[in-house]
Amino acid sequence: MKSVRIDARGMHYTPLNQKIRAAVADGVEEIILDNVLGQRFIGDGLRGNVRIIINGVPGGDLGMFMSGPTCIVNGNAEHAPGNTMNKGMLVIHGSAGDAVAHSMRGGKVFIKNNIGYRGGIHMKQYDADARPTLVIGGTAHSFLGEYMAGGLVLVLGIGKEKAMTDRGIGSGIHGGEIIIRGDVDEHLLGVGAKKFKFTEADLERIAPIIKSFCEQFGYDPAEFLDTNYTKIGPASSRPFAGKYVWE
Amino acid sequence: MTLGSVPSKFKVSIDRDQCMDCGRCIENCSYGVYRREGDKILIESRKCTACLRCVSMCPRDAITLTEKPVDYRSHPIWTREVREDIIKQARTGKIILSGMGNVRDLPIIYDRLLLDACQVTTPSIDPLREPMELRTYLGKKPSKLKFRKTESGDVELETKLAPNLKLDTPIMIGHMSFGAISLNSQLSMAKAVTEAGTYMGTGEGGLHRDLYPYQDHMIVQVASGRFGVDIDYLERGAAIEIKIGQGAKPGIGGHLPGEKVNEEVSRTRMIPYGSDAISPAPHHDIYSIEDLVQLIRSLKEATEWKKPIFVKVAAVHDIGAIAAGISRSSADAVVIDGFRGGTGAAPKVFRDHVGIPIEVAISKVDQTLREQGVRNEISVIASGGIRSSADLAKSIALGADAVYIGTAALVALGCRVCGNCYRNLCPWGIATQRPDLVSRLDPEAGAAQVSNLIHGWTMELGELMGAAGINSIESLRGNRNRLRGYMLDEGTLKVLDVLPAGA
Repeated sequence: MKSVRIDARGMHYTPLNQKIRAAVADGVEEIILDNVLGQRFIGDGLRGNVRIIINGVPGGDLGMFMSGPTCIVNGNAEHAPGNTMNKGMLVIHGSAGDAVAHSMRGGKVFIKNNIGYRGGIHMKQYDADARPTLVIGGTAHSFLGEYMAGGLVLVLGIGKEKAMTDRGIGSGIHGGEIIIRGDVDEHLLGVGAKKFKFTEADLERIAPIIKSFCEQFGYDPAEFLDTNYTKIGPASSRPFAGKYVWE
Repeated sequence: MTLGSVPSKFKVSIDRDQCMDCGRCIENCSYGVYRREGDKILIESRKCTACLRCVSMCPRDAITLTEKPVDYRSHPIWTREVREDIIKQARTGKIILSGMGNVRDLPIIYDRLLLDACQVTTPSIDPLREPMELRTYLGKKPSKLKFRKTESGDVELETKLAPNLKLDTPIMIGHMSFGAISLNSQLSMAKAVTEAGTYMGTGEGGLHRDLYPYQDHMIVQVASGRFGVDIDYLERGAAIEIKIGQGAKPGIGGHLPGEKVNEEVSRTRMIPYGSDAISPAPHHDIYSIEDLVQLIRSLKEATEWKKPIFVKVAAVHDIGAIAAGISRSSADAVVIDGFRGGTGAAPKVFRDHVGIPIEVAISKVDQTLREQGVRNEISVIASGGIRSSADLAKSIALGADAVYIGTAALVALGCRVCGNCYRNLCPWGIATQRPDLVSRLDPEAGAAQVSNLIHGWTMELGELMGAAGINSIESLRGNRNRLRGYMLDEGTLKVLDVLPAGA
């Protein structure tokens, strides 16, 4: 495998991305970025199948508009990793900030620990190929899956007594599903969100995602392969129908 | 219900002596006003929207249309509109939605601004025999240029220039999305702007593959729903516009009903067939001016700093400060959309009551940016209610670099401003996705009409400039001395920085 190492110490994001693009154009399959410290937009708009290992803490909008590559972060991430991402994968061995996976249309974002507010906001799906997945190992702050229009958000609550304790879950959701380990208090649900029974069929559907997540972070998937989840979806796919009358 | 019906808005009648019974009115009316019973064409006036399709297609001019055939008792405060809105809300308890732009009879500042011309002391210029420079560049301009001498003695530009859009005329067509309008409307306008050497916006509806041949003249839009946005879309556009707000509905988002999301719209927007497309009010990654910087830079970084990025905002009270903030955000142009801007659908109360006139917004933004010494950092594009070359010339004299037209371009395609855009029944094939209606609009003919309009306005702008002794658009830009206010109050004149007529 063709691999390159880039020392990102003190480097601005534009030359850093230029180096990444040049490496991809050169047929490099693995790029290792060392000493990353707050550089935004890593992998922004990047295509291809390259694997980028990020050692350090990338800045905001990691993998924005990205279409194909995989980024493995050995550290935390700032806000909105996976923003409007199309295809590919982000694996974060730590926590991430607000608006994780904002408007993501495809691909996967796996967060080992916790995320901030408005995670998975306005995630959407188009067809079978464009179905985004966000998995959070720990917990998330308020407004998880707000305005969600498609895809899957999964919260495992590892090491937590309750997977979710913040309110506004699925506020304005009109498509897709939010699956949370254990029970979720009714008062935590946002406007337009509704609890559904998590069935064996649901488990069968998400089992490959759970296994894939566990594989990335070294957990035993058996621990999570049961029906002790709460599924939250839209109460209506037309939340604004009935609000308006025409002139 | 004890409210009964409200009076019909229009009365349609056929002059039976003129009528040749060809039935074109029946075929053309998508609202179902006409029907044949036996050997007679019957009329149901209540369904009429005054789109004038039947009137324009009747070979005998046999159709007459009367507005408000039965009116209410006249009253200066309790107008027909006020009474009917109350009745509608008493029936439903809902928010009233409406189409097109602001319908309130408020004074139009453009109509109270007068342009200057040369007499005796300075000569006017004849555009017939002297060149009129209308070429406009949109994007950042360097505050100074640095040159260096090469070894061969030539002079080379050292300053790195930011990407600019080159316009042959300062008229562009604003963002009307595929979904809100038909593909044939977009195709007509795309061919027209390509021919005229200018640009049009995609709106937040993605870029249909049939428009790819015109992509060098398309400005792609990124709005809060991020519909149709991927790296391919961003790379295709000549420029990228971030839509923060819209003049017809400042402060709120958009909502394309599932009925309008057919297979093509679904594919182009990248949303499921038949689902509602909801654009939230804010961008969820913009909660501050710093966040706007981040979105702009993410777009520049994704497209390798090759595209100018525009930021569109609705003209609201603090527009000067807002534009000053945007000018420091790495944006290359700010688009200001005035409160008369059109829309496929907006809550009526927003369309008619929120925002400020574009004329004062242009002037305020231009002045604020000049005072702060950053006018060169950003181009100013004005939109929302620009109806003629006179409005265009006045916009530029107030400080705009270029304008976006919307409704005017649709009128050039056949629109009669009936305001029923949201019903998917547009008989002109513009605001509809129904294939039989869309096919009524021939993109070649439509392109010629829109191109004619742009050409006509461009010539008129040249004539107006020539008459004022100006031969370059730069000399008109922000040149308020060539404007005078007529019957405008002192406060408005002060904000416009324009003298009253005679002064």
